[in-house]
Amino acid sequence: MKHFKFLLVGIFFGIVLVKSEAVSWYRIYEMFRFQSFHMYGIIGTAVLSGMLFFLISKKRSVKNTLNETISFPSKDKGFIRYIIGGSIFGLGWALIGACPGPMYILLGTGVYSMLIVIASALVGTFLYGVIKDKLPH
Amino acid sequence: MLITYVTFITERSLTSLYIYTNLSGMNFILNPWPWYVSGPLIALVMALLVYFGKTFGMSSNLKTMCTMLGANKFSDFFKVDWKEQSWNLVVVIGAIIGGYIAVNFLSNGVVTNLNPKTVSELSDLGFNNAGTNLVPKELYDFESIMSGKGLLILIIGGLLVGFGTRYADGCTSGHAITGLSSLQKPSLIAVIGFFIGGLIMTNLILPLIF
Repeated sequence: MKHFKFLLVGIFFGIVLVKSEAVSWYRIYEMFRFQSFHMYGIIGTAVLSGMLFFLISKKRSVKNTLNETISFPSKDKGFIRYIIGGSIFGLGWALIGACPGPMYILLGTGVYSMLIVIASALVGTFLYGVIKDKLPH
Repeated sequence: MLITYVTFITERSLTSLYIYTNLSGMNFILNPWPWYVSGPLIALVMALLVYFGKTFGMSSNLKTMCTMLGANKFSDFFKVDWKEQSWNLVVVIGAIIGGYIAVNFLSNGVVTNLNPKTVSELSDLGFNNAGTNLVPKELYDFESIMSGKGLLILIIGGLLVGFGTRYADGCTSGHAITGLSSLQKPSLIAVIGFFIGGLIMTNLILPLIF
């Protein structure tokens, strides 16, 4: 199975996010109330380690498994879509305490009502696809 | 005499090894992991996916699933070859399995070490026993869902997350972790947006609805 390595990465991702408590609704609440360093520590050290990874890959022109040089995945320029879209996402994230990774992970931990969240997130994604041409980007 | 001595030493070292792995090694895994361990491990997930020629972006799966469910008949936005994204759906399946493994085999049921202030604040809002579960019963339990209020919150929350991530072209994994660590301005703007929305919800809206 050619996707087996992705299954392993996914399992590892799920374990790390549960053990770090990043999937905890309460940790997200605490973060947005500035009452704990925990989540900031996680995001901060993840970003710093990520920077180090990209820096080393660039300096040594590390090749990926497809034999291409590792490059930055780049996002289109813009402002409105990022600030408004980001804020809409933030409202939802703080309300349900789960972003698109933890939704599935929490389902695995036994929070079956997360299926409601996943279903409505699919509807939300669909709505965006349908009205995107009418939105400022 | 020598044999007794060797047996004694072996037994002692085995016992201490057992105690060591039991107290330090195993407990280190079973207890919640500190932020300085978790953060770099999340970066490792991203690094592995980039090394495999892909990206770390969990919200893309929602778009892929929409395409699979037939959304391409309604908007060109969904006219993509979902098979090219199937690797990411495999990551999702892995994440579900990982969540299952983590709570059933790698946890000891320790309560989340929240700020006592957070716990008492939440109790005032009506969220009891904060930290004993990963998500509050007051939102995710069958009873709360049947009361209507919980159901409405889960639906609205899901809609906001699904719509917002596609509008912003990414979520926490794509923007906050990958985007920030590759120094992309759009991601910084998106993360500022995440915080604007999150701060408004937690500090202004949640106290109104609870």
